[in-house]
Amino acid sequence: MASSTTLAGTSPRTNQWRVVDIVVASVIAVAVGVLFFAWSAGYSGISLLTAGFPPLAGLYSGGWLIAGVLGGLIIRKPGAAIYCEMLAAAVSALIGTQWGVGVLLSGAIQGVGAELVFLLFLYRKWNLPVALLAGLGAGLALGISENILYKALWTIEFKLLYVVFAAVSGIVIAGLLSWLAMRGLARTGVLSSFAAGRTADV
Amino acid sequence: MSTDYLTPVLTGRTLLRANPVSKLFAAVVITLALMASIDWVSAAVALTCELALMPLLGISVIGLARRIWPLLVAALIGAYGTALLAEKTGGVLLDVGPFLFTEGSVAAGIAVGLRGLPLALPGIFILLTTDPTDLADALAQKLRLPSRFVLGALASLRLVGLLVEQWDSLGLARHARGVGSDGSALARTRNLLGQSFGLIVQAIRRATRLATAMEARGFGAGTRTWARESTYSLLDAGIAVVGLLVAVGAVTAAVLAGTWNFILG
Amino acid sequence: MTAVHPPLRRAVQVRAREWGWRHAGRKAFAARQVDLGIAPGERVLLLGASGAGKSTLLHALAGVLGTSDEGEQEGDLLLDGVPPAAARGRAGLVLQDPETQVVLARVGDEVAFAAENLAVPREEIWRRVGRALDDVGLDLPLDHPTTALSGGQKQRLALAAVLAMEPGLLLLDEPTANLDPAGVLEVRDAVVRVLERTGATLVVVEHRVAVWADVVDRVIVLDAGGGILADGPPGTVLVQEQTRSRLAEAGVWVPGRQPAVGGTLPTDAGGEGLLSARSLSVARSRRGRAVVEDLSLTVSAGQALSITGPNGAGKSTAALTIGGLLRPRAGTLEASALLAGAAGPDPFRWRSAHLVQRIGTVFQEPEHQFLTATVGEELAFGPRQVGAPDSPRIAELAERLRLTHLLGANPFTLSGGEKRRLSVATMLATAPRLLILDEPTFGQDALTWAELVTLLRELVREGVAVLSVTHDTDFIRALGGATLHIADGAGRLVSR
Ligand SMILES: Nc1ncnc2c1ncn2[C@@H]1O[C@H](COP(=O)(O)OP(=O)(O)OP(=O)(O)O)[C@@H](O)[C@H]1O
Ligand SMILES: Nc1ncnc2c1ncn2[C@@H]1O[C@H](COP(=O)(O)OP(=O)(O)OP(=O)(O)O)[C@@H](O)[C@H]1O
Ligand SMILES: [Mg+2]
Ligand SMILES: [Mg+2]
Repeated sequence: MASSTTLAGTSPRTNQWRVVDIVVASVIAVAVGVLFFAWSAGYSGISLLTAGFPPLAGLYSGGWLIAGVLGGLIIRKPGAAIYCEMLAAAVSALIGTQWGVGVLLSGAIQGVGAELVFLLFLYRKWNLPVALLAGLGAGLALGISENILYKALWTIEFKLLYVVFAAVSGIVIAGLLSWLAMRGLARTGVLSSFAAGRTADV
Repeated sequence: MSTDYLTPVLTGRTLLRANPVSKLFAAVVITLALMASIDWVSAAVALTCELALMPLLGISVIGLARRIWPLLVAALIGAYGTALLAEKTGGVLLDVGPFLFTEGSVAAGIAVGLRGLPLALPGIFILLTTDPTDLADALAQKLRLPSRFVLGALASLRLVGLLVEQWDSLGLARHARGVGSDGSALARTRNLLGQSFGLIVQAIRRATRLATAMEARGFGAGTRTWARESTYSLLDAGIAVVGLLVAVGAVTAAVLAGTWNFILG
Repeated sequence: MTAVHPPLRRAVQVRAREWGWRHAGRKAFAARQVDLGIAPGERVLLLGASGAGKSTLLHALAGVLGTSDEGEQEGDLLLDGVPPAAARGRAGLVLQDPETQVVLARVGDEVAFAAENLAVPREEIWRRVGRALDDVGLDLPLDHPTTALSGGQKQRLALAAVLAMEPGLLLLDEPTANLDPAGVLEVRDAVVRVLERTGATLVVVEHRVAVWADVVDRVIVLDAGGGILADGPPGTVLVQEQTRSRLAEAGVWVPGRQPAVGGTLPTDAGGEGLLSARSLSVARSRRGRAVVEDLSLTVSAGQALSITGPNGAGKSTAALTIGGLLRPRAGTLEASALLAGAAGPDPFRWRSAHLVQRIGTVFQEPEHQFLTATVGEELAFGPRQVGAPDSPRIAELAERLRLTHLLGANPFTLSGGEKRRLSVATMLATAPRLLILDEPTFGQDALTWAELVTLLRELVREGVAVLSVTHDTDFIRALGGATLHIADGAGRLVSR
């Protein structure tokens, strides 16, 4: 039986957003936004666990970065990472999180972190290393911006540690998991209208 | 899972009538003012003002408490973390092993915790008083955000809400095919993951089909008109002014009190 | 009194020359060598076997097949002389499934959506919304939520949403599938009313010819192998003996001709009892209202039982409850030892792996039950689950239900009828003793329909109990057995 093979490296033929790009990107972002909501609720619990050493909570932060990396990997159009991350943040704000309107700013910054990596590869490469780098970019963006916006009073060593943990979390949770999710989704065939899900003819 | 996460029950008659853009504006200026500095005076002033405006939400105290208790927890956690990790200045208050709290670090923690609440509350105001369709109308017509994206996001919001409602049906369909949530804890977890993945697959599938349906109705072709006009009224001017007053008031109070502490400074 | 409206927009003319389309991911063309011209204002019924490319052609006419990313086109297809994508707004398409095409949350906004996209001025939009809702007879407040609609209402809403575009070409893809007989006529009459007022060109796809034969001027039959099989007025194409037999051979439902079904009509005797329900009340959810109450029946081995009733009556809910999937609100459901084996008498408590061996339930919505990436894996999944991989039955089912050429294809990319057949086949593959089928024949052409009926007859004769929810009276007659009619919250057993 011919099984589908994902051509993980291809890009769509144009950089224009089609309607299906917009709607699917939005659905991914909204779905991840719902996850954010659960993730944010879980954050309080995690914070209690890491009470002895709060920077460890940075390891948890990758969950907030999935939307941008996953959206970018699937849609493969300029702006996809920023759009998905911001929409996901907006949705979690619409459902209600402890961060209020501020998540929009955070979403934008984190989206830019991932987007820059995709831009660096000129929206041509979509393999695992690029996904991991995008996760790293988003993680760094998150670590640095959180330090400025919310953890400004921490001493510099702890801030540095927080950035390191956020970066690691970004690579593993946002980078690796998104890449696996993209592969898994491509295998189900629902991505057949996207370059990410293109399969051999049957 | 409760089904109504994505279609909030709206309360607060007055704010419901206002244009979402004015509410957003007020929330953003207050948020910016609070973000710019970490100090307890600006936080306290903004918090007091927001609490004073709570009756506008038209929600019972208990209902409100149920909505915002996670905010309180988050604020406490933020306060604690900063107290533990900030510069240790002033007299020692507590010193047990690695846990060292000083007057300076605790003051910093209080400022951070106090700031968390007024940062979060504007979101609750918008959440409880804004219909997503109105928000989309306003974003596209007033803020001139690209209509394709605004409407795509709106349609997706509705779609995912529907799919969350279909969680049970999806579980039934899988059960009928022999993959269900019985057996060991491990099997249960696996099934939960499988079903979540299934839900996302369904979501993308429905999104693809919805995109076709939207295109079949001329969506995305060019400029469009709006059946409902998003308008401003005096109420909106009032909301914007109140937002500005709270923001300016918080900053002024902090500067006068000498506690202003710019985050980039 | 009714005002006479002038035709709103010029009706569209269609011209296809050697047109064909191959979906990305497929080697075969979905439709090929389509040559036809449709004059403005003509009303066309488009027929063809399941998988012949009818939906593909409609999508192409609506300009939504996509770009070269999504497939390969040959020849050309023109609306009033321009490609469909350049004539956006001239053609309005109602997709096969009304459920999945609702965009917005309120009825008024939903109908206004298309007009907004075409940059119609605001006052005119609301005039159109009112008129479209009138045309389809949907009398609801404009802020009525689009989720709170019955099947028939959703179908009308989908139609209204397209009418607000005031299209010169109205494209309808199986607009009455899954509607009850009354709903079918209502929707058809709504379409006729609109056409009389606007004079638009119509292309409607529907397997059951009888409903539309009287209102169309022309019948076009797509050949599954490419090209056009027949083209002409219904009075000729559907009446002349020569074309009739050619069409029947190709799987088209020809009025007045029953497809030849193999096997014999099962006797109604029934064997040993499998499942009995006593005073059953059924509800969708634990807290939702009970939709049917006080249902009592026994299902026996080798028995065929059909459930009929209007849309929204609770047929599917009842079927899911009897299938051990939903918890009975009240009353009891008990499996006999013959069915239950070691699993205990209450099907609702069975583990999934036990359930699928004993009761196979096919859902109304096929896509909900797809679990794997290809048709082949989908068919193999059940047998593997019950510990009988490599069952020769799989290949036989695929062959008989015409899925063999699709084994490597993704289930989500199948045509409407192919999806339905696949979801039925997956349940047949595990060979349970009780089969529960929700609308098993929708979207089937005459050949696949006959094959399905033949298969089910064989199963019944082998002692399998088949319980089907259906609006298809031919199917009920062909399978025999008793009918449970559900309406107004109660079920009434009608024996033949
Ligand atoms: N998106 C798609 N990707 C790949 N193949 C497709 C896609 N849509 C349809 N096909 C294939 O193209 C062929 C024609 O499909 P189409 O939906 O046009 O058939 P149809 O005549 O409408 O059938 P039905 O009566 O069953 O609805 C089928 O073999 C189908 O599997
Ligand atoms: N997933 C669901 N959740 C809640 N209510 C539902 C759901 N599906 C259907 N209903 C409601 O339950 C009632 C019975 O629906 P059901 O699907 O059983 O009807 P049906 O007889 O199968 O109709 P149809 O012929 O349209 O398939 C209807 O009022 C319907 O609106
Ligand atoms: Mg079709
Ligand atoms: Mg039903």
